[in-house]
Amino acid sequence: MVEKFDAIVIGAGPSGNAATYTLAKQGLKVLQLERGEYPGAKNVQGGIMYAHELEKIIPDFRDDCPTERHIIEQRVWLLGDDNYVGTNYRSEAFNSDKPNRYTIIRANIDKWWGEQIRKVGGLQICETTVTELIRDASGKVIGVRTDREGGEIHADVVIMADGVNALLAKRAGLQDEAAPENVALAVKEILFIDPELIQQRFGIKEDEGVVIEIMGKVTKGMVGTAFLYTNKESLTIGIGCLISDFKNGDCPPYRMLEELKKHPVIRPLIEGAEMKEYAAHMIPEGGYKAIPQLYGDGWMVVGDAAHFNNAAHREGSNLAMASGRMAAETVLELKAAGKGFTASNLAAYKKKLDDSFIMKDLKKYRELPGIMHGNKQFFGAYPDEITAAAHNWFTVDSVDKKTKEKAIMKAFVKRRSVMGLVGDAIKLVRAVR
Amino acid sequence: MHIVVCIKQVPDSAQIRIHPVTNTIMRQGVPAIINPFDLFSLEEALRLKDKVGARVTVLTMGPPMAETSLRKALSLGADDAVLLTDRKFAGSDTLATSYALTSAIQKLAEEDPVDIVFCGKQTVDGDTAQVGPGIATRLGFEQLTYITKIEDLDIASKEIVVQRRSEGGVQVLKTKLPCMITMLEGTNTIRFGKMDDLFRAARYELKTWSRDFTGAEEGRVGLKGSPTVVSKVFVPKPRAEKAKMIVADADTPDAMAAAAIDAIFAAQPKLAGDLLARAAAGL
Amino acid sequence: MSEPSKPQGRKFQLPEHLKVYQNVWVIVEQERGIVHSVSLELLGEARKLADKLGVEVGAVVLGAESPDLNRICGDAISYGADIVYKVTDPALTDYRTDPYCRVMTDVVNTHKPEIVLLGATTLGRDLAGAIATTLATGLTADCTELDIYADNRSLAATRPTFGGTLLCTIQTLAYRPQMATVRPRVMAMPERDDARTGRVIEIQPDLREEDIVTKVLNFIADREQNEAQLAFADIIVSAGKGLGKVENMKLVFDLAKVLGAEVGVTRPLVQAGWAGNDRQVGQTGKTVRPKLYIAAGISGAIQHRVGMEKSDLILAINTDPNATIFDFAHLGLVGDALKILPALTDAFGRRLSVNRMAG
Repeated sequence: MVEKFDAIVIGAGPSGNAATYTLAKQGLKVLQLERGEYPGAKNVQGGIMYAHELEKIIPDFRDDCPTERHIIEQRVWLLGDDNYVGTNYRSEAFNSDKPNRYTIIRANIDKWWGEQIRKVGGLQICETTVTELIRDASGKVIGVRTDREGGEIHADVVIMADGVNALLAKRAGLQDEAAPENVALAVKEILFIDPELIQQRFGIKEDEGVVIEIMGKVTKGMVGTAFLYTNKESLTIGIGCLISDFKNGDCPPYRMLEELKKHPVIRPLIEGAEMKEYAAHMIPEGGYKAIPQLYGDGWMVVGDAAHFNNAAHREGSNLAMASGRMAAETVLELKAAGKGFTASNLAAYKKKLDDSFIMKDLKKYRELPGIMHGNKQFFGAYPDEITAAAHNWFTVDSVDKKTKEKAIMKAFVKRRSVMGLVGDAIKLVRAVR
Repeated sequence: MHIVVCIKQVPDSAQIRIHPVTNTIMRQGVPAIINPFDLFSLEEALRLKDKVGARVTVLTMGPPMAETSLRKALSLGADDAVLLTDRKFAGSDTLATSYALTSAIQKLAEEDPVDIVFCGKQTVDGDTAQVGPGIATRLGFEQLTYITKIEDLDIASKEIVVQRRSEGGVQVLKTKLPCMITMLEGTNTIRFGKMDDLFRAARYELKTWSRDFTGAEEGRVGLKGSPTVVSKVFVPKPRAEKAKMIVADADTPDAMAAAAIDAIFAAQPKLAGDLLARAAAGL
Repeated sequence: MSEPSKPQGRKFQLPEHLKVYQNVWVIVEQERGIVHSVSLELLGEARKLADKLGVEVGAVVLGAESPDLNRICGDAISYGADIVYKVTDPALTDYRTDPYCRVMTDVVNTHKPEIVLLGATTLGRDLAGAIATTLATGLTADCTELDIYADNRSLAATRPTFGGTLLCTIQTLAYRPQMATVRPRVMAMPERDDARTGRVIEIQPDLREEDIVTKVLNFIADREQNEAQLAFADIIVSAGKGLGKVENMKLVFDLAKVLGAEVGVTRPLVQAGWAGNDRQVGQTGKTVRPKLYIAAGISGAIQHRVGMEKSDLILAINTDPNATIFDFAHLGLVGDALKILPALTDAFGRRLSVNRMAG
């Protein structure tokens, strides 16, 4: 006998978890299917979790959610060959009762999500891959087929939360193959280290954390960024670049990460740590212009599978959770109103997205991916010149400041014409305005 | 026929590391799996179920988190699952563990007599291979370890014929149920569960049994019931001397090979003699 | 890395009734007249323990009465036993758990040894697990090192744990005998001494075949099969992931052929299907102790190391001069195994054939 559910959610990442939990909590019969051996087995994330979105779904998550450290200091570094310039922002205000950002280790969080979903009656089944969407004669999605014997399962609505590859949507002809310039490949390592050393090196207390976002020469002129996060007993370090750049360049990602770890300003922070885990992951970076069709008859797509990722602000998981929640709320509202899950009714999901920070932010930065991709000086020439400028400025050598200013400007112009510099500035301002 | 399969949840040993600072096992983030050796026994039990019809009960002793391993076994086709969990069991060595598990098997047998107990050959974390024989001895079951094949099982006469791996060959043994079997690794491949079994496993109401419930005596489980104690744990010491590096006259494979052979014969003059004698004998 | 300190076991005094347990026993494993070498290795080890304790070494030999069995009893004495308990009955011809367990339980209860050692073989581990249960005493599996705690005469049994990443020392509290199974080829083979004398105690248990449920229908000896005989090889050429692809295994087999050696592999190669698990050396495979171990393209993971580090001479070939294997190999060669293996095959071939012509 074919089992029938109110909703099937495909994938146990942040977006799928948010959708499943929200639906199950309201008493719907929900099935969540995950291809990994256990929830989180296939999930990789740099490791920052934003409280605001999670709070909307599970208000008292802080009671038992296994977060690592709450973030009290944010550093942004521009790396040169053996130096960096950067800004730090640290505030005691981040030490509130309800901190806003946490470092996390995804494996622990996903396991916790699984428990929360079971608690509200959601059915989570792992090691099961959805091979296709089942449609009725009219083309409406009425269920899924899995790779298991007797694998046909029916549902009123299917929510696809199967991650950046969005294999299912592609197979069903609902999405095109993502362009290589719209996907970044990130690699990261979790390095084990004595918590005492973390606290000493970053000047923080037991639960406090620091995040360093890194740009500059380490990406070899490719479009990309790196990061270093402090966990309870480990550090997460990673670097990511666009797939299209890896194709063109000759420095594979793992080697780039090795070079980052050896960089003279990074090495002292990670010295004595032992690698525990290495992972690679793709990140949708195409922004607003890469967003595919988001709904249809009997289906919606959420999270990374919908390219909901804000590259400029390094936000992904909160967009994922928010989109999962909105998809679930759409289902709940339609069900309450006794309406079917037709494409025209599910357009309400798109409306929710448009009215939210998700689409507003993605729209705001819609030109950024293109500019970054077409203007490699942001990742090659500028880091050199900016760090050189800082070096010049801070070196006390009896040269007057005006001469120094001139020399710095001259160096910039030499690498990139005055028009080029002005053009870059205008482009950037427009892109982030 | 009623078959009980004893399984253990273990940390995936391939992913275990030693903390560089504290020299202790880092379990954090290491996924818990069913002991790989147990899967060969579970699969064999399920094959018997397919072939002659049987009720398969999986049994594990462990912390509440071992539930995931039981559900996994159910999703593969086991009918029932029992979690034997009690703080009193903590610190049990193999003698106490086999006692506790036996008490649960006897409890199961009160309802439905047990014909075969399957255990893993050994676990990957403890590596003792002692709990299976302990259970067989306590239950008075015929003990069949390192089984490579179940040739025949006759329900009516309760006779079973198996092949057993021994040091110098394979024993073909014929015996009667009830018996305890441990399967040798590589003798079968664990199946891929059916969708129905996955649903059933996810919804199954697990039986959770305590020491009191099975009637195991308090003094015979846990640290109290264990004759052995771990008196020390340490990291293997590195050999004091590192390898003597062989330096060849030239950077060619031939020169390196020649230098290597000289170094071998210099270190083991007797070996050179043996090899030459062998060669001379035309072996 | 922490240096293992001298054993400092749990301090306790043995109750009076357990002090009558004396002597160190080895259960000698024989199958169809052939003694497993681990039993002889254990006699050597038992000798050392008994000398520390100031007691005698006992060897238990079980089987049907036969000239072979008498020879084995003599061998046991030559390898270090003071007393041989010769237990004979037709029902003991082949190993079966039930009669062996019953008989051993009786013999131990009658003669009360303080330590009982068995090989960590399929027979030893099957039997040890059963009799430790009937005797309700402590048993430590798969040991690699044995010692005595001086302050209370108890056995310090050390074994690898967690896939060989750690070692732990286990002690049996106020229970006797103390039992351990020991990995084959870990303990040194003692020198045979035919001048040694000892006494033989004959035991005829009252076994009736009709009481024994399990029957042996057949025995298919490996000698008639095509299994790799790694454990007894004098020379082993082993391959690791560094060989790159399965086709390159031929280079290892070529060298092994010239040397009359067996071929071993690491666990990843078995998992990748390059070789059967009868060739796996390491924690979850075989422990070997050849005169020469050539490790080609093996990084030296602990899981592999525990299976081969007691080899008399280890030659490691690896492209990475920092490979872990150079930390415990005796001879190291930094280079590409794919090029050096054929060169070694040629060079060994030439040297050995030259001699044949000369001789």
